[in-house]
Amino acid sequence: MTSGPRGLWKQLMTSSTTKVQSPLLQQLRHGLEPEQFRNAWRDILDGWHRRELWATLGLHDVRQRYRRSTLGPFWITISMGVMVFALGLLYGQIFGQELHEYLPFLAAGFVIWGLLSEMILGGCTTFIAAEGMIRQLNAPVSIYAYREVWSAVIAFAHNIWIFFAVAWWYDVGLSWNVLWVLPAVLILLLNGFWMALFFGLLSARFRDVPLIIGSLVQVLFFMTPVIWRPEMLPDRALFLQLNPFYHMVEILRAPMLGHAPAFENWFAVLLIAVFGWAITLFFYSAYRWRIAYWV
Amino acid sequence: MASIILEQVSVSFPVYSSATRSIKNRLIQSATGGQIRSESGSDRISVVQALQDINLRLESGDRIGLVGHNGAGKTTLLRVLGGIYEPNEGRVSIEGSTVPLFDISLGMDPESTGYENIVLRGLYLGLSRSQMRGRLEEIAEFTELGDFLNLPIRTYSAGMRMRLAFAVSTSVAPDILLIDEGIGAGDAAFLQKASERLKLFTEQVSIIVLSSHSEALISKMCTKAVLMEHGRVVGAGTTAEVLEQYRESRDGPLKAPAPEAEVPREPETLAEQSAVTAAREGSSEGSSEERADWADRTAHLLRERRWQDVDLDRLVGEVESLARPRP
Repeated sequence: MTSGPRGLWKQLMTSSTTKVQSPLLQQLRHGLEPEQFRNAWRDILDGWHRRELWATLGLHDVRQRYRRSTLGPFWITISMGVMVFALGLLYGQIFGQELHEYLPFLAAGFVIWGLLSEMILGGCTTFIAAEGMIRQLNAPVSIYAYREVWSAVIAFAHNIWIFFAVAWWYDVGLSWNVLWVLPAVLILLLNGFWMALFFGLLSARFRDVPLIIGSLVQVLFFMTPVIWRPEMLPDRALFLQLNPFYHMVEILRAPMLGHAPAFENWFAVLLIAVFGWAITLFFYSAYRWRIAYWV
Repeated sequence: MASIILEQVSVSFPVYSSATRSIKNRLIQSATGGQIRSESGSDRISVVQALQDINLRLESGDRIGLVGHNGAGKTTLLRVLGGIYEPNEGRVSIEGSTVPLFDISLGMDPESTGYENIVLRGLYLGLSRSQMRGRLEEIAEFTELGDFLNLPIRTYSAGMRMRLAFAVSTSVAPDILLIDEGIGAGDAAFLQKASERLKLFTEQVSIIVLSSHSEALISKMCTKAVLMEHGRVVGAGTTAEVLEQYRESRDGPLKAPAPEAEVPREPETLAEQSAVTAAREGSSEGSSEERADWADRTAHLLRERRWQDVDLDRLVGEVESLARPRP
């Protein structure tokens, strides 16, 4: 018998089927067949072609929140506005910050955090929430991940107006750096998409995951410089550098406030994207076909 | 040309309880070790064999009726045919656009208007927004809902929703249509209109698979039929033949088609589960370790169908103690 990972792989993929085998091993074996990777990739591409469907579903998800209210979509903007102003005034006092610098910083941070947390928390329910549709509809399951990301984008488009208002009021200087906003948003969405697929898959199988992620995101909110500035943390550079959310927030916040983006932020976020996609593609290939059974 | 080919398809479901779905229990399980043996790693997860070794070949023009008792695997088979469930074993190849009509009111948004829902359902069926706009007039006219189409459909009655869903679902003919149970559609007058439309619609579809308990519907719509029992295909042929076989298996004396089907399926899994549960939570003799061991052994025997080796008295005792726990 051969040894090492190669031997193990061979043993896993070729050992006789007549032997009584654990169904979990059988499933994994089925999932690791090479065609499953092509199927997974095609599922993601086909999902993109159904964009009219998931765009509509995502829009409905957001509309659901303010249905039949008088102010309608403004409620999303207003609640973010109230939060930013209340916390801005309070923490501005506590930290002894100048409001004309602190408020735009806080507004940008909050809006970006909203996008990130929405993509992650929504991502956990990607497949769980679509249970009925997955079992009735022969559509690529990636459409539900697109749908979650898209509804996060729509909410972001509502919230960003708070930042515009604050930036206009305090006269935040415009510079060419603002052009970095576009690639930054794109890379964040790329990261959000793998998170929706990966956490959605994990949550469909293990129903504790959404709860774990939920409390983690809450903790991370306080660990990440959203209400406090990175400069307030003088000798803890490593603590900050190891926080992936710091880089994901900073990559977009810097150009929004007119600063040039830092190389380290881009490097970190690209690294997260590459690793995240590699892991997600592996698990999505192996277990995509089980989703319909899990939900 | 539409076609569906199934070769030796098997589908099994692990039934996850909240215990197996929680990461904590998984971690504890792997930490305690020893309990998970290589051949019985499934002891903790009951596996339901929903389909076993199905071979089917459907070609253009086929009108197939699926018959069988509740839980025989009809719905699971339809989901495999629709490409929703990918089987654990075997091969499935589907040619042609497929529309599963399982739950006709799937995915309707109660807050959107009738018109919006028509478009939404079209998107579900794989049509584009512009294609739907072209059909909107025709569909709206067929529903006879008039100005109601401008109201959110939460104001509709069940019958009105059904009309809407029916009108959209039958506006585009796919290559393959999969129907679960009958499609009811509103009041008598509409039903007449609907059945005409259904007839016209189904004439354009090249393969129809219909699962139903209504023999009348099956013999009216289908030319061939497939009888399913315990996840296996036990009969296939013309509708009349298969329906005859179905009636026999249902009403006739208890004659067993295959030796392994002698013992009905439900008691088997029930006994198996009860044995395990009884040992875990019950209150009869023996240390809990010994009883868990016994339960594992019994479950294994039951799964292997070695009925004669099972300690029946104890099994009955355990099951009874589960139903009526001693104080």
